[in-house]
Amino acid sequence: MLKKRIIICLDVKDGRTTKGVKFQNNKDIGDPVEMAAEYYRQGVDELVFYDIMASASGRGPILGLIARVASQVFIPFCVGGGIGTLEDIRSTILAGAEKVSLNSQAVKNPDLIKQGARIFGNQCIVLGMDAAKDDSMPSGYRIYTNGGRIKTELDAREWAQKAVSLGAGEIVLNSIDTDGVRQGYELTLTRMISESVDVPVIASGGAGVTQHLADAFTKGKADAALIATMVHSGGYTVGQIKKELDADGIPVRL
Amino acid sequence: MTGIVDYNAGNIRSVEHALDAIGVPFVLSKKTGELQNCDRLIFPGVGDASYAMQQLKLTGFDSFLKDWAAAGRPLIGICLGSQIIFDHSEEGDVTCLGLIKGNIRHFADVWKENGINADGTLKVPHMGWNDIAYENGGSPLLDGVPEHSNFYFVHSYVIQPDDGNVVKAYADYGIQVPAVVECGSIAAFQFHPEKSGTYGMQILRNYCKADLSKGDASC
Repeated sequence: MLKKRIIICLDVKDGRTTKGVKFQNNKDIGDPVEMAAEYYRQGVDELVFYDIMASASGRGPILGLIARVASQVFIPFCVGGGIGTLEDIRSTILAGAEKVSLNSQAVKNPDLIKQGARIFGNQCIVLGMDAAKDDSMPSGYRIYTNGGRIKTELDAREWAQKAVSLGAGEIVLNSIDTDGVRQGYELTLTRMISESVDVPVIASGGAGVTQHLADAFTKGKADAALIATMVHSGGYTVGQIKKELDADGIPVRL
Repeated sequence: MTGIVDYNAGNIRSVEHALDAIGVPFVLSKKTGELQNCDRLIFPGVGDASYAMQQLKLTGFDSFLKDWAAAGRPLIGICLGSQIIFDHSEEGDVTCLGLIKGNIRHFADVWKENGINADGTLKVPHMGWNDIAYENGGSPLLDGVPEHSNFYFVHSYVIQPDDGNVVKAYADYGIQVPAVVECGSIAAFQFHPEKSGTYGMQILRNYCKADLSKGDASC
């Protein structure tokens, strides 16, 4: 049976892991390579690294970091932030990443999804979506780019469906409203997107306790749950979260 | 010496890192001549089957790998590499290497024929960790790996071998998905051992010390 995945997100800024609340006030919380190796030992299923300044400052992907992670961590990981060309995708994959996450750059240039999927396969192309509640949009949610700083005219559901039709093999769905707040995922948004596309959806933004992950899987119909604060500073280990989910009847890799 | 086939279809670095971590010396090359004297080959790959076949032809690896297999020399394919060693893939409708008899088909088509997933609950790609059940006696390549261990899968197309006896392990995803296939000196891993933690590394360790016999390669 396919397991529900627990994915840890490491936001990287100037080579260090950082964490903010609602995309603001980022604090340095450690070395991303050491943290990745520790989470691997704890049994995390996958990792995501976001170069959070890349879109704002135009830097390319963080290849050196990727290679150091790949030499120590033998589970899949995805890299996002500043990936804007096919060459960026190629260099990221060749450095050892399994997937790339396209976010702001995909909004700017949707053809990148199509071209990337054609050459590297759909499973390699992850759409990163930053959405916030907005009742003026058809689905009730609007897409933002550049780490939540730029408002777009894209509706969340329409953009998800378009990206999948172009070749995105997975969606990381981040709720700006719940990011870092630890009050639970945005379940309405998660369920709506999950039911609108036929690729896996990763719930992101707001996990504080294990019950929030269980809710994302059952009520939100997510295929995977992304966590950060819970393990970075919230006192949880991956093993503890998985044990609690298992006791709750959620299929996880123990 | 273990050789890694580099034909511009990704995932090469992950395999290198995994072999480094378990202390296995290897040669990685885009040139057939540099791999000719290896004891065994690893044939990785992610991406699109028709693109990969095109790259294999450009690099001369298509005929090299056919000759390698015909000589009964050991080879493992990983993920896309596990698929394009069969006869044909629906992904881009492309003729593949034909080292093992069978076809590569899209999940949706196979499910449809079997009346599975009518409600659309199963998503494609089959992405994530799934456990494997052993078939036909398992494989020495799985030594030290407990049955129902989890491995990392990412694929939209599924191996459909002509001969079910070649399947050594299945994963359950609507249908029984061939996860480990073995025929003579050739083995195929649909999942990524190099991205599957401890047990994946155990498989690579087993392969790099195994003496895969020439066996019966009639499958």
